[in-house]
Amino acid sequence: MSATPAPEAHYRYVLRLGDTSLVLGQRLSEWIGHAPELEEDLALANLSLDLIGQARLLLTYAGELEGRGRDEDALAFLRDAPEFANLTLAEQPNGDFGRTIVRQWLIDGWQLEVYQALTGSSDTRLAAIAAKALKETRYHHRFSSGWLARLGDGTEQSHHRVQSSLDELWRFTAELFSPDEIDESMCAAGIAPALTELAPRWSARVDADLAAATLRRPPAQPYPWHGKRGVHTEYLGHMLGEMQHLQRTYPGARW
Amino acid sequence: MSTEEWPLFEVFIRSRAGLEHKHVGSLHAADARMAIEHARDVYTRRQEGVSIWVARSADIVASDPEEADALFEPARDKVYRHPTFYAIPEEVKNL
Repeated sequence: MSATPAPEAHYRYVLRLGDTSLVLGQRLSEWIGHAPELEEDLALANLSLDLIGQARLLLTYAGELEGRGRDEDALAFLRDAPEFANLTLAEQPNGDFGRTIVRQWLIDGWQLEVYQALTGSSDTRLAAIAAKALKETRYHHRFSSGWLARLGDGTEQSHHRVQSSLDELWRFTAELFSPDEIDESMCAAGIAPALTELAPRWSARVDADLAAATLRRPPAQPYPWHGKRGVHTEYLGHMLGEMQHLQRTYPGARW
Repeated sequence: MSTEEWPLFEVFIRSRAGLEHKHVGSLHAADARMAIEHARDVYTRRQEGVSIWVARSADIVASDPEEADALFEPARDKVYRHPTFYAIPEEVKNL
Protein backbone atom coordinates (compact mmCIF):
# COMPACT_ATOMS: atom_id res chain seq x y z
CA MET A 1 0.00 0.00 0.00
CA SER A 2 1.34 3.38 -1.00
CA ALA A 3 2.04 5.83 1.81
CA THR A 4 1.13 8.76 -0.42
CA PRO A 5 -2.63 8.99 -0.93
CA ALA A 6 -4.19 9.77 -4.25
CA PRO A 7 -4.66 13.57 -4.17
CA GLU A 8 -8.24 13.16 -5.33
CA ALA A 9 -9.12 10.95 -2.34
CA HIS A 10 -7.36 13.31 0.05
CA TYR A 11 -9.32 16.26 -1.36
CA ARG A 12 -12.60 14.36 -1.13
CA TYR A 13 -11.97 13.26 2.43
CA VAL A 14 -11.34 16.82 3.66
CA LEU A 15 -14.25 18.08 1.56
CA ARG A 16 -16.62 15.67 3.31
CA LEU A 17 -15.62 16.89 6.74
CA GLY A 18 -15.95 20.51 5.64
CA ASP A 19 -19.31 20.01 3.94
CA THR A 20 -20.79 18.27 6.96
CA SER A 21 -19.79 21.21 9.18
CA LEU A 22 -20.99 23.76 6.64
CA VAL A 23 -24.38 22.17 6.05
CA LEU A 24 -25.04 21.58 9.74
CA GLY A 25 -23.92 25.14 10.54
CA GLN A 26 -26.22 26.55 7.87
CA ARG A 27 -29.13 24.51 9.24
CA LEU A 28 -28.54 25.83 12.75
CA SER A 29 -28.38 29.38 11.48
CA GLU A 30 -31.97 28.98 10.28
CA TRP A 31 -32.96 29.12 13.97
CA ILE A 32 -31.65 32.66 14.42
CA GLY A 33 -34.55 34.82 15.49
CA HIS A 34 -36.84 31.78 15.91
CA ALA A 35 -35.46 29.82 18.87
CA PRO A 36 -37.80 29.19 21.82
CA GLU A 37 -35.80 31.44 24.15
CA LEU A 38 -33.44 34.36 23.54
CA GLU A 39 -30.63 32.48 25.29
CA GLU A 40 -31.15 29.38 23.13
CA ASP A 41 -31.16 31.59 20.05
CA LEU A 42 -27.67 32.76 20.98
CA ALA A 43 -26.55 29.23 21.86
CA LEU A 44 -27.61 27.85 18.48
CA ALA A 45 -25.98 30.79 16.70
CA ASN A 46 -22.75 30.09 18.57
CA LEU A 47 -22.83 26.43 17.54
CA SER A 48 -23.53 27.48 13.99
CA LEU A 49 -20.59 29.89 13.95
CA ASP A 50 -18.25 27.23 15.35
CA LEU A 51 -19.30 24.83 12.59
CA ILE A 52 -18.99 27.42 9.84
CA GLY A 53 -15.55 28.28 11.21
CA GLN A 54 -14.56 24.63 10.92
CA ALA A 55 -15.97 24.54 7.40
CA ARG A 56 -13.88 27.56 6.40
CA LEU A 57 -10.64 25.92 7.52
CA LEU A 58 -11.53 22.57 5.98
CA LEU A 59 -12.85 23.91 2.68
CA THR A 60 -9.87 26.24 2.26
CA TYR A 61 -7.61 23.23 2.74
CA ALA A 62 -9.74 21.07 0.43
CA GLY A 63 -9.47 23.75 -2.26
CA GLU A 64 -5.69 23.71 -1.97
CA LEU A 65 -5.59 19.92 -2.16
CA GLU A 66 -7.79 19.99 -5.23
CA GLY A 67 -5.41 22.45 -6.89
CA ARG A 68 -7.92 24.02 -9.24
CA GLY A 69 -7.88 27.42 -7.61
CA ARG A 70 -11.17 27.09 -5.75
CA ASP A 71 -11.24 28.82 -2.35
CA GLU A 72 -13.67 28.33 0.55
CA ASP A 73 -16.24 30.65 -1.01
CA ALA A 74 -16.13 28.98 -4.41
CA LEU A 75 -16.63 25.60 -2.75
CA ALA A 76 -19.41 26.78 -0.46
CA PHE A 77 -21.40 28.94 -2.82
CA LEU A 78 -20.75 27.73 -6.35
CA ARG A 79 -21.34 23.99 -6.15
CA ASP A 80 -24.64 22.22 -6.74
CA ALA A 81 -26.11 19.62 -4.41
CA PRO A 82 -24.66 16.51 -6.14
CA GLU A 83 -21.17 17.96 -5.61
CA PHE A 84 -21.72 18.33 -1.86
CA ALA A 85 -20.23 15.52 0.20
CA ASN A 86 -21.81 16.05 3.63
CA LEU A 87 -23.36 13.30 5.72
CA THR A 88 -27.04 12.94 4.82
CA LEU A 89 -28.00 13.46 8.46
CA ALA A 90 -26.57 16.99 8.51
CA GLU A 91 -28.90 18.27 5.78
CA GLN A 92 -32.14 17.04 7.40
CA PRO A 93 -34.55 19.90 8.17
CA ASN A 94 -34.63 21.44 11.64
CA GLY A 95 -38.18 20.40 12.53
CA ASP A 96 -38.95 21.35 16.11
CA PHE A 97 -36.29 22.27 18.66
CA GLY A 98 -36.12 18.66 19.89
CA ARG A 99 -35.46 17.33 16.42
CA THR A 100 -32.68 19.86 15.91
CA ILE A 101 -31.19 18.69 19.22
CA VAL A 102 -31.35 15.01 18.21
CA ARG A 103 -29.64 15.71 14.87
CA GLN A 104 -27.03 17.84 16.61
CA TRP A 105 -26.36 15.27 19.30
CA LEU A 106 -25.93 12.42 16.81
CA ILE A 107 -23.42 14.42 14.76
CA ASP A 108 -21.66 15.85 17.83
CA GLY A 109 -20.96 12.29 18.96
CA TRP A 110 -19.61 11.43 15.52
CA GLN A 111 -17.44 14.55 15.35
CA LEU A 112 -16.11 13.89 18.85
CA GLU A 113 -14.73 10.52 17.75
CA VAL A 114 -13.53 11.61 14.33
CA TYR A 115 -11.83 14.83 15.47
CA GLN A 116 -10.28 13.10 18.47
CA ALA A 117 -8.78 10.46 16.17
CA LEU A 118 -7.70 13.06 13.59
CA THR A 119 -5.58 14.92 16.16
CA GLY A 120 -3.13 12.03 15.60
CA SER A 121 -3.33 12.22 11.81
CA SER A 122 -0.15 12.07 9.73
CA ASP A 123 -1.57 15.12 7.94
CA THR A 124 -0.42 17.78 10.40
CA ARG A 125 -2.64 20.51 9.00
CA LEU A 126 -5.71 18.32 9.35
CA ALA A 127 -4.57 17.34 12.85
CA ALA A 128 -4.34 21.02 13.83
CA ILE A 129 -7.82 21.79 12.47
CA ALA A 130 -9.18 18.76 14.34
CA ALA A 131 -7.57 19.85 17.61
CA LYS A 132 -9.29 23.24 17.38
CA ALA A 133 -12.61 21.72 16.34
CA LEU A 134 -12.48 19.12 19.09
CA LYS A 135 -12.67 21.77 21.81
CA GLU A 136 -15.71 23.30 20.16
CA THR A 137 -17.31 19.91 19.66
CA ARG A 138 -16.93 19.00 23.34
CA TYR A 139 -19.06 22.00 24.19
CA HIS A 140 -21.56 21.18 21.43
CA HIS A 141 -21.99 17.70 22.84
CA ARG A 142 -22.40 19.03 26.35
CA PHE A 143 -25.14 21.33 25.04
CA SER A 144 -26.95 18.74 22.91
CA SER A 145 -26.74 15.83 25.36
CA GLY A 146 -27.93 18.18 28.13
CA TRP A 147 -30.98 19.16 26.13
CA LEU A 148 -31.57 15.56 25.07
CA ALA A 149 -31.82 14.59 28.74
CA ARG A 150 -34.05 17.56 29.59
CA LEU A 151 -36.46 16.81 26.76
CA GLY A 152 -36.34 13.02 26.98
CA ASP A 153 -36.75 13.04 30.74
CA GLY A 154 -39.04 16.08 30.70
CA THR A 155 -42.78 16.08 30.15
CA GLU A 156 -44.77 13.32 28.47
CA GLN A 157 -45.05 15.52 25.40
CA SER A 158 -41.37 16.41 25.17
CA HIS A 159 -40.40 12.76 25.65
CA HIS A 160 -42.77 11.63 22.93
CA ARG A 161 -41.64 14.28 20.45
CA VAL A 162 -37.93 13.74 20.93
CA GLN A 163 -38.33 9.95 20.73
CA SER A 164 -40.19 10.29 17.40
CA SER A 165 -37.42 12.53 16.06
CA LEU A 166 -34.85 9.98 17.14
CA ASP A 167 -36.81 7.16 15.48
CA GLU A 168 -37.05 9.19 12.31
CA LEU A 169 -33.43 10.36 12.12
CA TRP A 170 -31.87 7.08 13.20
CA ARG A 171 -31.93 5.69 9.65
CA PHE A 172 -29.25 8.21 8.70
CA THR A 173 -26.80 7.05 11.36
CA ALA A 174 -25.55 3.95 9.52
CA GLU A 175 -23.74 6.27 7.12
CA LEU A 176 -21.67 7.81 9.93
CA PHE A 177 -19.38 4.84 10.38
CA SER A 178 -19.66 2.99 7.06
CA PRO A 179 -16.30 3.36 5.33
CA ASP A 180 -16.00 3.49 1.56
CA GLU A 181 -12.87 3.36 -0.61
CA ILE A 182 -11.96 6.97 0.19
CA ASP A 183 -12.11 6.35 3.94
CA GLU A 184 -10.10 3.19 3.49
CA SER A 185 -7.35 4.74 1.40
CA MET A 186 -7.06 7.67 3.85
CA CYS A 187 -6.90 5.21 6.73
CA ALA A 188 -4.17 3.21 4.98
CA ALA A 189 -2.18 6.43 4.50
CA GLY A 190 -2.41 7.21 8.23
CA ILE A 191 -4.45 10.33 7.53
CA ALA A 192 -7.84 9.15 8.73
CA PRO A 193 -8.94 6.77 11.49
CA ALA A 194 -10.62 3.43 10.82
CA LEU A 195 -14.32 4.29 11.11
CA THR A 196 -15.20 0.75 12.15
CA GLU A 197 -12.94 1.17 15.21
CA LEU A 198 -14.65 4.42 16.21
CA ALA A 199 -18.18 3.04 15.89
CA PRO A 200 -18.28 1.12 19.22
CA ARG A 201 -17.11 4.20 21.12
CA TRP A 202 -19.81 6.34 19.51
CA SER A 203 -22.35 3.63 20.18
CA ALA A 204 -21.44 3.39 23.88
CA ARG A 205 -21.76 7.15 24.29
CA VAL A 206 -25.12 7.08 22.52
CA ASP A 207 -26.37 4.38 24.90
CA ALA A 208 -25.20 6.31 27.96
CA ASP A 209 -26.80 9.56 26.79
CA LEU A 210 -30.04 7.78 25.84
CA ALA A 211 -30.22 6.12 29.25
CA ALA A 212 -29.85 9.51 30.94
CA ALA A 213 -32.60 10.84 28.69
CA THR A 214 -34.88 7.79 29.26
CA LEU A 215 -35.05 7.34 25.49
CA ARG A 216 -35.14 4.09 23.54
CA ARG A 217 -32.47 3.25 20.98
CA PRO A 218 -34.14 2.48 17.64
CA PRO A 219 -33.25 -0.78 15.87
CA ALA A 220 -30.33 -0.79 13.45
CA GLN A 221 -31.19 0.31 9.92
CA PRO A 222 -29.75 -0.71 6.58
CA TYR A 223 -27.46 1.71 4.76
CA PRO A 224 -29.21 3.32 1.81
CA TRP A 225 -27.87 6.86 2.33
CA HIS A 226 -24.81 8.19 0.53
CA GLY A 227 -24.64 11.92 1.17
CA LYS A 228 -20.87 11.79 1.33
CA ARG A 229 -20.87 10.37 -2.19
CA GLY A 230 -23.08 13.20 -3.39
CA VAL A 231 -26.41 11.38 -3.28
CA HIS A 232 -28.68 13.56 -1.17
CA THR A 233 -32.21 13.78 0.10
CA GLU A 234 -34.45 16.40 -1.47
CA TYR A 235 -33.77 18.82 1.38
CA LEU A 236 -30.19 19.78 0.53
CA GLY A 237 -31.06 21.49 -2.77
CA HIS A 238 -33.62 23.73 -1.08
CA MET A 239 -31.19 24.62 1.66
CA LEU A 240 -28.45 25.47 -0.83
CA GLY A 241 -30.91 27.54 -2.85
CA GLU A 242 -31.25 29.85 0.12
CA MET A 243 -27.61 29.70 1.20
CA GLN A 244 -26.21 30.39 -2.26
CA HIS A 245 -28.85 32.81 -3.47
CA LEU A 246 -26.79 35.98 -3.07
CA GLN A 247 -23.60 34.69 -4.70
CA ARG A 248 -25.57 33.11 -7.54
CA THR A 249 -27.53 36.30 -8.19
CA TYR A 250 -24.63 38.74 -7.79
CA PRO A 251 -21.49 36.74 -8.58
CA GLY A 252 -18.48 38.01 -6.65
CA ALA A 253 -20.55 40.23 -4.35
CA ARG A 254 -18.67 41.23 -1.20
CA TRP A 255 -19.53 43.11 1.95
CA MET B 1 -46.13 24.54 25.69
CA SER B 2 -45.40 25.50 29.26
CA THR B 3 -46.17 29.09 30.10
CA GLU B 4 -44.02 28.95 33.20
CA GLU B 5 -41.09 31.36 32.96
CA TRP B 6 -37.59 30.17 33.66
CA PRO B 7 -36.19 31.76 36.82
CA LEU B 8 -33.79 34.68 36.56
CA PHE B 9 -30.08 34.27 37.34
CA GLU B 10 -27.47 36.94 37.97
CA VAL B 11 -24.18 36.39 36.15
CA PHE B 12 -20.69 37.22 37.40
CA ILE B 13 -17.63 36.91 35.18
CA ARG B 14 -13.96 36.82 36.09
CA SER B 15 -12.20 38.39 33.14
CA ARG B 16 -8.68 37.20 34.02
CA ALA B 17 -7.08 34.99 36.61
CA GLY B 18 -6.41 37.04 39.74
CA LEU B 19 -9.21 39.54 39.16
CA GLU B 20 -12.50 39.43 41.01
CA HIS B 21 -15.78 38.24 39.51
CA LYS B 22 -17.86 41.18 38.31
CA HIS B 23 -21.58 41.38 37.84
CA VAL B 24 -22.28 41.53 34.10
CA GLY B 25 -26.03 41.04 33.82
CA SER B 26 -28.80 38.51 34.20
CA LEU B 27 -30.54 35.85 32.14
CA HIS B 28 -33.22 33.17 32.29
CA ALA B 29 -32.45 29.46 32.66
CA ALA B 30 -34.21 26.36 33.92
CA ASP B 31 -31.47 25.55 36.43
CA ALA B 32 -27.90 26.37 37.43
CA ARG B 33 -26.21 24.19 34.80
CA MET B 34 -28.23 25.79 32.02
CA ALA B 35 -27.53 29.21 33.51
CA ILE B 36 -23.77 28.59 33.24
CA GLU B 37 -24.19 27.50 29.61
CA HIS B 38 -26.35 30.48 28.78
CA ALA B 39 -23.90 32.82 30.50
CA ARG B 40 -21.09 31.31 28.44
CA ASP B 41 -23.07 31.90 25.25
CA VAL B 42 -24.40 35.34 26.13
CA TYR B 43 -21.53 36.96 28.01
CA THR B 44 -18.24 35.29 26.99
CA ARG B 45 -18.55 35.26 23.20
CA ARG B 46 -15.69 37.73 22.86
CA GLN B 47 -13.31 36.12 25.32
CA GLU B 48 -14.59 38.21 28.21
CA GLY B 49 -14.00 35.58 30.83
CA VAL B 50 -12.16 32.66 32.36
CA SER B 51 -14.68 31.86 35.09
CA ILE B 52 -18.43 32.22 35.55
CA TRP B 53 -20.57 32.43 38.68
CA VAL B 54 -24.34 32.36 38.57
CA ALA B 55 -26.77 32.90 41.42
CA ARG B 56 -30.53 32.88 41.42
CA SER B 57 -31.66 36.50 41.49
CA ALA B 58 -34.27 35.53 44.09
CA ASP B 59 -31.47 34.46 46.45
CA ILE B 60 -29.82 37.86 46.44
CA VAL B 61 -30.80 40.06 49.37
CA ALA B 62 -30.63 43.73 48.50
CA SER B 63 -30.71 46.88 50.56
CA ASP B 64 -33.96 48.82 50.38
CA PRO B 65 -33.72 52.03 48.30
CA GLU B 66 -36.24 53.59 50.71
CA GLU B 67 -33.65 53.24 53.43
CA ALA B 68 -30.84 54.76 51.40
CA ASP B 69 -30.82 57.94 53.47
CA ALA B 70 -30.58 56.07 56.75
CA LEU B 71 -27.94 53.70 55.43
CA PHE B 72 -25.68 55.99 53.46
CA GLU B 73 -26.24 59.61 54.40
CA PRO B 74 -24.46 59.41 57.77
CA ALA B 75 -21.16 58.69 55.97
CA ARG B 76 -21.34 61.94 54.06
CA ASP B 77 -19.94 64.28 56.71
CA LYS B 78 -17.22 61.91 57.95
CA VAL B 79 -14.49 63.31 55.73
CA TYR B 80 -11.85 62.18 58.24
CA ARG B 81 -12.51 58.60 57.10
CA HIS B 82 -10.69 59.38 53.86
CA PRO B 83 -6.91 59.16 54.01
CA THR B 84 -6.69 62.37 51.97
CA PHE B 85 -8.12 64.25 54.98
CA TYR B 86 -4.79 64.03 56.78
CA ALA B 87 -1.83 66.25 55.95
CA ILE B 88 1.34 64.22 55.63
CA PRO B 89 4.26 65.74 57.61
CA GLU B 90 7.27 66.65 55.48
CA GLU B 91 9.45 64.27 57.46
CA VAL B 92 7.46 61.18 56.49
CA LYS B 93 9.10 59.56 53.50
CA ASN B 94 7.95 56.80 51.18
CA LEU B 95 4.24 57.12 51.89
